[in-house]
Amino acid sequence: MRSIFISLVSEFYKSRKTLAFWAAILLPVAICSLVSFGFYSGSEKVLKLNAPGMMLWVRYAGATLNVMGMLVMPFYVMFMAFSVNNIEHKNDTWKTLFAQPLNKFSIYTAKYLFSVLLIFICLFLFAALTFAFGHLLQALVPQYTFNQYNPSNFLINSYSKLFLSSLGILSIQFILSLIWGDFLKPIGIGFVGTIMGIVTGMLNWTYAYLIPYSLPSLALQFTQLKKGKDPLNFEIFTREIWTSLAYAAVLFIAGYFIVTRKSIK
Amino acid sequence: MSNYAIETVGLNFNFGNQSIVKDLSLQVPKGSIYGFLGPNGAGKTTTIKILLNLLKSPADQVFVFGKEINSNRIATLKRIGALVEQPAIYGHLSGKENLINRCILLGLKKTKADEMLALVGLTEAADKKAGKYSLGMKQRLGIALALVSDPELLLLDEPTNGLDPNGIIEIRNLMIELATKHHKTILVSSHLLAEIERTATHVGIINKGQLLFQGTIDELHLLSKPMVEIEVDQTEEAAKFLASAGYEITSKNEIKITTPFSSSTESGKINTLLIKNGFTVSSLSKQRKDLENLFLDITKNN
Repeated sequence: MRSIFISLVSEFYKSRKTLAFWAAILLPVAICSLVSFGFYSGSEKVLKLNAPGMMLWVRYAGATLNVMGMLVMPFYVMFMAFSVNNIEHKNDTWKTLFAQPLNKFSIYTAKYLFSVLLIFICLFLFAALTFAFGHLLQALVPQYTFNQYNPSNFLINSYSKLFLSSLGILSIQFILSLIWGDFLKPIGIGFVGTIMGIVTGMLNWTYAYLIPYSLPSLALQFTQLKKGKDPLNFEIFTREIWTSLAYAAVLFIAGYFIVTRKSIK
Repeated sequence: MSNYAIETVGLNFNFGNQSIVKDLSLQVPKGSIYGFLGPNGAGKTTTIKILLNLLKSPADQVFVFGKEINSNRIATLKRIGALVEQPAIYGHLSGKENLINRCILLGLKKTKADEMLALVGLTEAADKKAGKYSLGMKQRLGIALALVSDPELLLLDEPTNGLDPNGIIEIRNLMIELATKHHKTILVSSHLLAEIERTATHVGIINKGQLLFQGTIDELHLLSKPMVEIEVDQTEEAAKFLASAGYEITSKNEIKITTPFSSSTESGKINTLLIKNGFTVSSLSKQRKDLENLFLDITKNN
C-alpha cells in the first residue's frame, strides 16, 4: 500500500505541469461556463418553457451531461490515458521507473489509479460547478426556478454513472497507450471506437452495451426525458455499468502483464 | 557472506532465439571499480538490465550482495543506483524536480536533491528544464539520480558518453572518490579501454555475450603488453637486422616496425643499434595495444 501511495504522489508531482492534469480542471470550468452563459443570455427562451425547478435543473445539467457523455468524455479519457503513459515513453523512463525498489504492480496500479483520479476530479468539478453555476444563474436571473429544487442527488447519481461507465474506455485506452508510444495509434483506435459507440448507442443496438465506447452515452440515456416518467428515478448499477466495470477489471489485469514485459526492451 | 557485490554464475540470456549473454560469470568484488569493457552490442547493457531485474534472469544465476536477485528484487534494488543507457530524465521538469521526484519514490528527504545537485555541479541549472540541458548536464543529472539514495552499488552504463574532457575527468574523479572514501562498489561499462584503465581496479571484457577476460587491472596490463613502434627507412632490412640481433618483430610495414616493449633502456639500445648500422630512425615510441588488438589477443588465447 505504501508503495502505491508513494507512486501516486510521484505521478501527481510529475504530471502537475502537464496538460492532461490541467485539462481535468479546465474542461469542466470551460464547458460549465459555456452552458451557463447560454442559460444566462438565452434566459427568455428558457423562461418561456415555464419549467418547474426539477425540470429546469434536469434541462440545465442535461445540457452539460450530454455533451460530456457523447464526445468530450471519451476524448478526454483517450487523451489522458495517452498522456499519463506518454510521460514515460517520451522520456524513456520506463526502465528507471521499474528499476526503483518498489513493487512493479504498485507502480502500474498507481499510474492507473492516477488516471481514474483525474477522471474523478474532472467529473466531480463538473457536478460541483453545475451546482454552483445553477445557483449563480438563479441570483442573476431571479425568474428562474433553480431554488425550488435541490439537485444534489440527481447530480451525484448521474455523474457517478458517467464516471463508472467511462472506466471501460479508460482501461482500453490505457493499454493501447502502454503498448504504443505514439499519439496516432491509441487516439485513432479510440476515435473509431467512439464513433462506433455513438452510432450503436443512438440506434439502440441490442449488443451496444458490449462496446465500451458506447457505454457513457448509453448510461446517460435517462436524461432523454420521457413524459410521465420521473427523470430522477434511475438506477446507477445498470447493465452498462457492470459491463464497464468488467472491462475495467479484466483489462487492468491484462495491462499489468503487458507492462512487466514492456520494460524488457 | 559473499565477498562479491555482484556474482553471476553461468548466466545465459536470450531474446527469442538470439543468444545475447552466454555463460557469463561475473565476479565484482566489494569496493572495487569494475570496468565492464566491450564493443557496442557485446551485451553490456543487457547484463546491466539483468542486474536491475529489468530483464528476468534464470533462477540462481545472478546474485547481488550474495542474494539471488529474482527472489530479493526490492531488497536488492534498494542497494543499487543505476544509470542505464541515456539518462532517463523527465524533460518537462527541472533538474531539481527530477531529483525531488526520485526522492518521493525512494522516501527520502527533499533536501537530498540540493545536495546531489551540488555534488554534480548543477546547482546553477537546478531550476532549468532538464529537457533543455546539454548532453553532459543530462549525464550528470543521471548520475545524481543514481546517487541520491546513497546506494552501496552503482551501475553506470557508459557514464562519460557525450561529456567534454572536463566532464570526463570530473566523473572519473567522482568515481574514484566514491570507491575510496565512501567504499562503494562501482560497475562501469565502456567501450574505451583507455577510459577504464584510468579508474578501474578490476576489469571484465565481454564480446558477443561472452566474458573473454576477467581480473585485476594489473592482470590486464600483463596481457596488454606495450609495444615499441619504430619509424625507420628501409624497413625490410631494418627488420631483418633487428631479428638477427635477437629482437622479436611483431609486425612491419613500409614505414614502421613493431617490437615488444621491455624497458626504456632496451628501446634506447634498439635506437642506437639501428643508427650505428646506417638506418635513419625518424621516430621511436612506446605504444599500448588498443582494445581491438587486445580483443584479438584475448580471443586467440581462448
